[in-house]
Amino acid sequence: MKIVVCIKQVPDTTNVRINPETNTLIREGVESIINPFDMYALEEAIRLKEKHGGEVIVMSMGPPQVESSLKDAIALGADQAILLTDRAFAGADTLATSYTLAAGINALNDADLVIMGKQAIDGDTGQVGPGVAENLGVPHITDIRKIEEVTDNYMVCERLLEEGYVRLKVKFPAVITVVKEINEPRLPSLKGKMKAKSATILQWTTKDLDIDVDRLGLTGSPTQVVRIFTPPKPEGGKVYKGETRDMVSELLSDLQANGVAIKKSKGN
Amino acid sequence: MSNGIKVIKDKCVGCGLCVKSCPYGAIELIDKKAVINEKCTLCGVCVDACRKFGAIVITRNTFRGQDIAAYSGICVYAEHRQGKLSSIVPEIIGAARELKKDLSKPICAILVGKDVSAMAREIISYGVDEVLMIDNPKIGDFAEDIQAQLVADILTEKKPEIFLGGGTIIGRSLLPKVAAKLLTGLTADCTELAIDPDEKILHQTRPAFGGNIMATILCRNHRPQMATVRHKVMKPADIVEGYEGKVTDMSHIAIPESQIEVLEFVEEQTETVNIADADFIVSGGRGLKDPKNFKLIEDLAKALGGAVGASRAAVDADWIPYSHQVGQTGKTVNPNIYVACGISGAIQHLAGMKSSDIIIAINSDPEAPIFDVAHYGIVGDLFEVVPEMIKQIKGA
Ligand SMILES: Cc1cc2nc3c(=O)[nH]c(=O)nc-3n(C[C@H](O)[C@H](O)[C@H](O)COP(=O)(O)OP(=O)(O)OC[C@H]3O[C@@H](n4cnc5c(N)ncnc54)[C@H](O)[C@@H]3O)c2cc1C
Ligand SMILES: Nc1ncnc2c1ncn2[C@@H]1O[C@H](COP(=O)(O)O)[C@@H](O)[C@H]1O
Repeated sequence: MKIVVCIKQVPDTTNVRINPETNTLIREGVESIINPFDMYALEEAIRLKEKHGGEVIVMSMGPPQVESSLKDAIALGADQAILLTDRAFAGADTLATSYTLAAGINALNDADLVIMGKQAIDGDTGQVGPGVAENLGVPHITDIRKIEEVTDNYMVCERLLEEGYVRLKVKFPAVITVVKEINEPRLPSLKGKMKAKSATILQWTTKDLDIDVDRLGLTGSPTQVVRIFTPPKPEGGKVYKGETRDMVSELLSDLQANGVAIKKSKGN
Repeated sequence: MSNGIKVIKDKCVGCGLCVKSCPYGAIELIDKKAVINEKCTLCGVCVDACRKFGAIVITRNTFRGQDIAAYSGICVYAEHRQGKLSSIVPEIIGAARELKKDLSKPICAILVGKDVSAMAREIISYGVDEVLMIDNPKIGDFAEDIQAQLVADILTEKKPEIFLGGGTIIGRSLLPKVAAKLLTGLTADCTELAIDPDEKILHQTRPAFGGNIMATILCRNHRPQMATVRHKVMKPADIVEGYEGKVTDMSHIAIPESQIEVLEFVEEQTETVNIADADFIVSGGRGLKDPKNFKLIEDLAKALGGAVGASRAAVDADWIPYSHQVGQTGKTVNPNIYVACGISGAIQHLAGMKSSDIIIAINSDPEAPIFDVAHYGIVGDLFEVVPEMIKQIKGA
C-alpha cells in the first residue's frame, strides 16, 4: 500500500497569548510544530503500513524551514518526505493549496490512500482534504475516527457525525481526514531519530510538477483576506464570592433578572 | 506586476507593530526598518497592523476571472438527515434573508437526496423563493461524491452569486469539494456575513488561530462566493405563513456513480451527548478529579435539560468519550448557556465555546482564565456549588 500523509507546519498555539495593550499575538517563544491533527494522520498511516505493508510518504507545501517538521515525521516512521517549496506557492488559499498538493501526489504515481488531518490549527478550515480529493478525482471522507478493515480495493471506516457515527465503505484510491479519537501517536524511537538525521528531504518546485502556474499561490487564490483584527477583549462578567448557597441563589436570580430561563427539570 | 509583499522603506517608521502581529515570525527589524524573510506566507496580517503607516503592501495578480455579471441571487444548501432538515438550515436561511435585504435578490435552496420532496415546503416556509430539487433513490445522505457533483451542476446551471452551506461536518466536507469543482473561493465557518454597500460583494468574517484573531475575507473575481456558516451563530429564520415559493425539479441532471457505500448509521444521541445542537451545556474538566464525579455534571445537565461537555484534559484522562470534547481539537459549540465546571479556560478550550451566549464558570481559582470570558463566575468548590445549583434549580 502506498500511503501519502499531508502534514502542515503551524505555529504552536498552546503558548499563544494576546498582548492586552497592542491586542496582538505574543509570538515570543512560540515554536513551529506539526499540525496536531496531522500527527494522528501520520500515526494511522504508519500503523496501516505495519499491518499491511507498503510505504508511507509525507508531503508538505511550505517554506524551506518546513524541512524540520518533515524530519520529525521520518523520525516517527515515515519512509520518505517531500517538500513542495517555491515562492510561487506563497499566499495560497485552500483552493490553490489543494491544487498544489494534488499535483505533488500525482507526481508520486499510484498512491492508494491519502491521509490528512481534520483541520490545521492556524487556518482552522479543514478544506484542503476535500479539495485535494477533488483535484485527484477520487472520493474523500472526513472526520474518520476508526479504520475497521482494509483490503486491496477498499476500506471500511467509521466517520464521526454530530449525532453519532456512520460506517462507510470507500473504494481506493481515496482521501480521508482523521480526528483525534483515531489513535494515540507514538514518540520517535532512537533509531528513528538517527534515520531522520541522515535523511534527505526531497524538495520539489514548480519545475518538478505538471502544474498550471496561474493556479498557484496568491495568483491562484480566489479568496482574499482584507482585514485581520483581534476580537474585542472579553470584559469578564460578574464574579461571586462567599457562601455557596448565597452565590448560587444570587446567580440564579441574576439570570432570571436578565431574562434567562432556567429550565425546571421534568418530573419535579 | 508580480505577486509579492513589499515594505515601502520611506513609510516604515520602525515601530515594530508588524513584527508583533506576524503569526509566522517572518518579519525582523533591521536598521529600524521592517524586513520580511522567507517564512512569510503572504497572509496579510502585517498589512493590517501597519494600516496607520501603510508601509507594507501586497500585490496580487488575479487568475482567470469569470463573467461574474452572469451570476445573481443567493443560494443555500439544505442539509438533511434521515428525512429531516438539519437544524442549521433555518440558520443559513436566516443569514440569507439578511443578505437579501441589501441585495434585493431571491433566495433559492438546493435539496438533493432520496425521499426529500416532503422537505421542500418546509424550506419555502422559512422565506425561500425557489427550491432546486433532485429527489432520487440513488442518492444517499452521506455520499458526498454524488452530492458534490449534483450541487456543482445545479450551481453551474443556476448561477447564484452567493452559495452558503452549514459549518457542520457534512457542510464542511461537501462545500470544499464543490468549490474545487467550480474553481471558486470558500470561506470556512463564518460567524458574520454582510454585503459591501459599494461593491455589493460578500464580506465573510471568521475566527482563525483558534479564535485568537478574526479575518474578513472576500472573493472578488470568482462566483459563486461560497461560505460555510458556523452553527448556532446566525438567528434562525422564522416561519413566514403562506410564503410563496416554487419547487423546480432538476432531475434532468445525471446522477453519477458513488465510490462510497453507507453500511450503517448509528445514532448515539442520548440526551446528553449531542453538544453541537444543545442549548444548554454543562462541561467538566480536570477539576472534577475523578471520572465518577462526571455524574455531578450529568445531574446538573439533566436538571437544565442540557448536554454534557468536557475539556480535553478530562477526555485525555479517559473520564469521558471524545464525542464530548469541546475546543480546538474537539467540537465548537454555541449554546445559550455554557457552564464550565473545574475548567481552567486554556486558549484551546475557549476556542470551542467562547461564542456561547452566556458563560458561567465555577472554579476554585479566582485567577483562572475562564473568568475572563465568563459572564457569571462563581469562585468556589464545584463539589459544593454544583449540588447546590441542582438543589436550587429543582426547588425553583
Ligand atoms: C493543539 C492543542 C489542542 C487542544 N485542544 C483542546 C480542546 O479541543 N479542548 C480542550 O479543552 N483543550 C484542548 N487543549 C488542551 C488545553 O490546552 C488544556 O490543557 C485543557 O483545556 C485543560 O483542561 P482543564 O481546564 O480541564 O484542566 P486544568 O487546566 O488542569 O484546569 C482544571 C481547573 O479546575 C479547577 N479546580 C480544581 N479543583 C476544583 C474544585 N474542587 N472546584 C472548582 N474548581 C476546581 C482548577 O482551579 C483549574 O482551573 C489543546 C491543547 C493543544 C496543545
Ligand atoms: N501546506 C500544506 N502542506 C501539507 N498539507 C497541508 C497543507 N495545508 C493543509 N494541509 C493538510 O490539510 C489538512 C487540513 O488543513 P486546512 O484545510 O488548512 O485546515 C491538514 O491537516 C493537512 O493534513
